[in-house]
Amino acid sequence: MLEIRQLHKSYPIGDSSLHVLKGIDLSVEEGEMVAIMGSSGSGKSTLLNIIGMLDEADEGEYILDGLAIKNLTEKKAAVYRNKFLGFIFQSFNLINYKNALENVALPLYYQGMKRKERQELAMFHLEKVGLANWAQHLPKELSGGQNQRVAIARALAANPKLLLADEPTGALDTQTSHEIMAFIQQLNDEGKTILMVTHEEDIANMCKRIVRLRDGVIIEDTKVTQVRAEQYV
Amino acid sequence: MFKFLIDRDTWQEVFDSFSKNKLRSILTMVGVWWGILLLIGLLGSARGLENAFNRLFGDFATNSIFVMGNTTSMPFKGFQEGKRVQLTLTDIKKVEENVEGIEFVVPRNITQSLVVRNFLSGRFSIMGDYPILDKVKKKKLIHGRFINQNDISDRKKVAVISDDIYKQLFQKEEDAIGTYIQINSINYKVIGVYQTGTMNFGPSEDVHIPFSTFQQVYNKGEKIGFLMITGKPEYDIQQIEEDSKLLLKNLNNIHPKDSQAFRSFNLGKEFAKLTGFLTGMQFLTWFVGIATLIAGVFAIGNILLITVKERTKEIGIRRALGATPFEIKRQIVVEAVFLTLVAGLFGIITGGWILIILDHFFGQGAEATLVNASVSIAVVFIALIILVVLGTLIGLIPAFKATSIKPIEALREE
Repeated sequence: MLEIRQLHKSYPIGDSSLHVLKGIDLSVEEGEMVAIMGSSGSGKSTLLNIIGMLDEADEGEYILDGLAIKNLTEKKAAVYRNKFLGFIFQSFNLINYKNALENVALPLYYQGMKRKERQELAMFHLEKVGLANWAQHLPKELSGGQNQRVAIARALAANPKLLLADEPTGALDTQTSHEIMAFIQQLNDEGKTILMVTHEEDIANMCKRIVRLRDGVIIEDTKVTQVRAEQYV
Repeated sequence: MFKFLIDRDTWQEVFDSFSKNKLRSILTMVGVWWGILLLIGLLGSARGLENAFNRLFGDFATNSIFVMGNTTSMPFKGFQEGKRVQLTLTDIKKVEENVEGIEFVVPRNITQSLVVRNFLSGRFSIMGDYPILDKVKKKKLIHGRFINQNDISDRKKVAVISDDIYKQLFQKEEDAIGTYIQINSINYKVIGVYQTGTMNFGPSEDVHIPFSTFQQVYNKGEKIGFLMITGKPEYDIQQIEEDSKLLLKNLNNIHPKDSQAFRSFNLGKEFAKLTGFLTGMQFLTWFVGIATLIAGVFAIGNILLITVKERTKEIGIRRALGATPFEIKRQIVVEAVFLTLVAGLFGIITGGWILIILDHFFGQGAEATLVNASVSIAVVFIALIILVVLGTLIGLIPAFKATSIKPIEALREE
């Protein structure tokens, strides 16, 4: 599903440069649910951004579903992102003047889907996250948990191969975090591959595998027994 | 490629971003609106002024010259300076035959006489004229007719009078046609009354009698008072003036360089000056209008630049969701064109209103300063095309700015 070999990335800071990723090897199978952990500055977000094609590696190989991701033009990257990837952000990143339904339908718009089909599909995903009754509401009229669920619906809308979550529970209280995690687990149960950046142990333990980063290298990569989030809900 | 223009979503996006920044968008559009308003208003007024001038000159053939004999200022061929120059009908014939580009040569006689009717009288200019004068200097007849060939052949004692004289010699509402007026104690039958033009060049004209009658009554023989020449439109009226004068000097034994021998007035030349002034004014109008437009469009570009800066994060999100840079650019350009076009159309409409108001206050009646102040559809189209082109060009700046930031940096923006 996902294959990363000897990935390097550094950022220029003034005259010198900061070596953020120092040779990452990672391989993720279909249906996995991986938590990437590490303190701030460990390079976990950079790794996720490279996997998300929002950023490009300096060196190394990245193969997604048999497709080598290299030297992408902005246009190609956009098409791949749309086709293969679904993003869930810490701060939801919904467009604030569009209602829930329109937000969910946005990736489909960029796929060139017809308006009617698009809205039906978006509605289907909103129902799936239990927000069908909130379809016409703007993000500011929804709670944090609801917003994150809209964002998850949006990430799912284009039926991506891989779901990338950057601290999906970072802006939520414990109760809501568990609700969201339960939902993400449910998606994984249905077969979605999920990659998640977090620094919370209990959230990481709700995944099936934990990859720990420190100073740009993987220091630990273990499979764990998944803690089901439902029990806390 | 252009499918997106009829796509409801494209316009939904435009509408969303507009309604999100209502006040700012409207303020921006004021610049373009004002530019178009100025352009339409000024162009319409310039046109109105031109029409008004044309109406004033309408009675005249605008490519005409008056030539009147004066006194010489240089001795020539044994003649002393100070010789009185007297033009004759032979001169007229020669000019007509020899000068290139001449349309009509009209000989005229003039004198001042006491005109009496019943107990009313006054001194007026009496003109001896041919029917052809009507071709050179259109007479707007209110009643009756102008002198015709019969009047000339039979040397009839008939007179065509101006409405000024009519007012002085006749009672209000009185029918002048068929009545008699006395000029130098000779009775003339009034056959026509004409309206005096708003503009007059050359000597003032009040009463017109047949040229032949004038010759006989005032014992003029071949002598004429002055002549009017009109040139064919394709010829240079100034050249015609020079040629005619040179010929006349030659015929009358006047030094070719004598500039005092004739008094003349080249209406064509004066008219060209005026036309030049009007052209200049139109140019200025276009210049001011388009400069204002450009300023307005720049303001739109500026605002879009700020908007793009504010929407950096949103653009980042869209790109993370799969918007290609082209789609982002296209959207911003469409927004720019939309804003300029809406502002422009509004400017055209209000510009039209301004012209209607101007017409209401300055465009009524015969003495109007602005006649039919308007702009042609072509001008409106040109203005619209300019708007679309400028809008597109100016939209490209924020569009490129928007996609120059990497999506990852855009997403980090707070």
